[in-house]
This record gives sequence, C-alpha cells and structure tokens, in this order.
Amino acid sequence: MIDAAFPEPVLQAQACFRAVLDAMARPGRVFGVDAGFAPPAPLAPATASVLLTLADHETPLWLDADSAEARDWVAFHCGAPVLADPARCGFAVALGPMDLQRLPAGTHETPERSATLIQQVRALGTGRRYRLVGPGLREPALLAVDGLAEDFAVAWAANHARFPRGVDLILCAGTRLAALPRSVGVTEA
Amino acid sequence: MQDAATDPGQQARRSWMAVLARASAAELEDALAECGERPEYRRLRGPEPGLVMVRGRIGGGGGAFNLGEMTVTRCTVRLADGAVGHAYVAGRDERQAELAALCDAVLQGGRPAGALHAAVERLQAAQQAQRDAVAAKAAATRVQFFAMETWRGGPGA
Repeated sequence: MIDAAFPEPVLQAQACFRAVLDAMARPGRVFGVDAGFAPPAPLAPATASVLLTLADHETPLWLDADSAEARDWVAFHCGAPVLADPARCGFAVALGPMDLQRLPAGTHETPERSATLIQQVRALGTGRRYRLVGPGLREPALLAVDGLAEDFAVAWAANHARFPRGVDLILCAGTRLAALPRSVGVTEA
Repeated sequence: MQDAATDPGQQARRSWMAVLARASAAELEDALAECGERPEYRRLRGPEPGLVMVRGRIGGGGGAFNLGEMTVTRCTVRLADGAVGHAYVAGRDERQAELAALCDAVLQGGRPAGALHAAVERLQAAQQAQRDAVAAKAAATRVQFFAMETWRGGPGA
C-alpha cells in the first residue's frame, strides 16, 4: 500500500539536496535529513528522502532485490523508470553488498554519465572505520560505517582508480547520510 | 495483466475520471453530499499544480507538435479501505483536484457508491448537453461548399 511522502515537497527536497551537496563536498562527514514521513519498508528515512530528492522521470533507477519491496512507492512518488539491469541506471539503491563494477562508470569523454549508488547501511559513526583522503579533505578523515561489505576498501580502490570515471556513493542510515565521491581514496583504518 | 485500453473496468474508470476532471469543485461537493457522510481519506500526493505539454498531430506530416503548456493540478488520496483515487484537472483549483480524486477513490467500490455513480451520470449528461449546445451554435455558421458535379453552372453543364 502506497503511503505519503514529503509533507512539504519543495522545502524538504531542497534541504535534502543541500545535505547531499554538502556530504559530497565534505566526504565522510555525516549530515542529518529531516524526513517527516514514514518511509516504505525496508527503506530508511534518509534513503527514501534522497530518492525523492534526486530521482525523477529522467533518471533510470535500479533497485536491488531487498529494496524492490518499495518499488511501487518509488515508482509513484519519484516517477522514475525502474530497470531490471543496473548497467544503464542513473541511480541504484542497494540494501546489501553491491558490486560497483556492475554500475555504469561513464566514459572519459562523458564521466558524468555514471551511476550514483545509494547504499543503505545499518549505522554511520559505528562499526568498521575507514580513512578517507582526497579533494575536500585538508586532513585525512575517519568514517565509521556498519554494514558495508567486508572487502569494501578493495572494491572502492578499483572504483577510485578509474577516475575520472567511476561511481559515486551516498551512504544512508536512519535519518543520516554521508557520501563518498569517486575522487576520494579509502583505506581501512 | 489486461491492456488498460480494453479492460472494461479501466474504461469505466477512464470515463468517470474524464467527467470528474471537467466538473467544478461546487458540483463535486454536491455530488459527494448526496451520498451521505464523507469518507475519511489521506492525501498521498498534492494537491499540487504543475505544467504539462499539450501535444497534437496538427501538422501535415502527422508528427506530434508541441502546442503549448497548460496548467494542471493533480492530487492522489487514499481511503481507509485502501482504495486510491487519482485526479488531474485543468487549472489551479486545488479543491477541485482533491474532490475529484476522492470521488475516483469512492467510485472504485469498497463502499456503496450508487448515489455517486448516479451523480456522475447526471454530470456527464449535463456536460454532454453543454457540448451539444456549443456544437449546434457552431453548426449554424457552417458554410456548405457544393461539389463540382452538383454545381449546375459547372464544367459538366
């Protein structure tokens, strides 16, 4: 059964967009989003808010097997075409471990034609710790994430090495989000 | 899944949605008042105004032409029994969009909607009568061109 989304669509989408923008500019820093609605199971409020903010009819979307439960809600509120194959998506939503190499990474001429992965994790601020270096970080930053794949740092190194091609990542947990743009280097701390 | 164009249930819904979209907010209020207590509902989306591009095959080539944008207001509501009603209406009348969505939800069944069906049929008849009146007025100004062969002074004479 489909439920309501943002009670104040314009203001909340703008606020969430600002949070995503700041998160991309300051990799590893955690930002809060005020959802103000009950997201469809199994999506977290932050995941649902990011989808409402970024996905629309021009952004093909791919949902992994777990998040596909919320497919009707996403289709109704975002109006985005939901693809069966992640190879051509603009945004991908994953609740479990996701192979970054399955997502489009753009080309050297058009690196912007890559996907952004919206990865829902159990928690930000606890769990395995990662050390981040790169643009936007004067000092290396530490980000603790609970719920990423065991070999995430290795998979990310392969993604980072493709720069300027590559996939950007938004991590969502509860009402909080952080981002890892493709330009950032990640090692386990 | 049955094709939306041939499914009789879908066709009936399409026809009442067209009537509701053309009815004013006051007419919809009256129609709902006739079926007694107004059902409880929640707004799922809107009412919110927006623009849609109106396209038409008006050129000689048959291709779609962007005629222009028009303002529409859309709304989606859900009744307590789970029925979801949608409405897209021309203009900026948010009340009209919300009531039309509510009527659409009620007409899909779940609860007795006989009185509302009757009210929609009356609205449909009134809208048809108005269209006919305009068509009749326009028809009075129609110019009949004779075909060449019926023209007595024509080349065949």
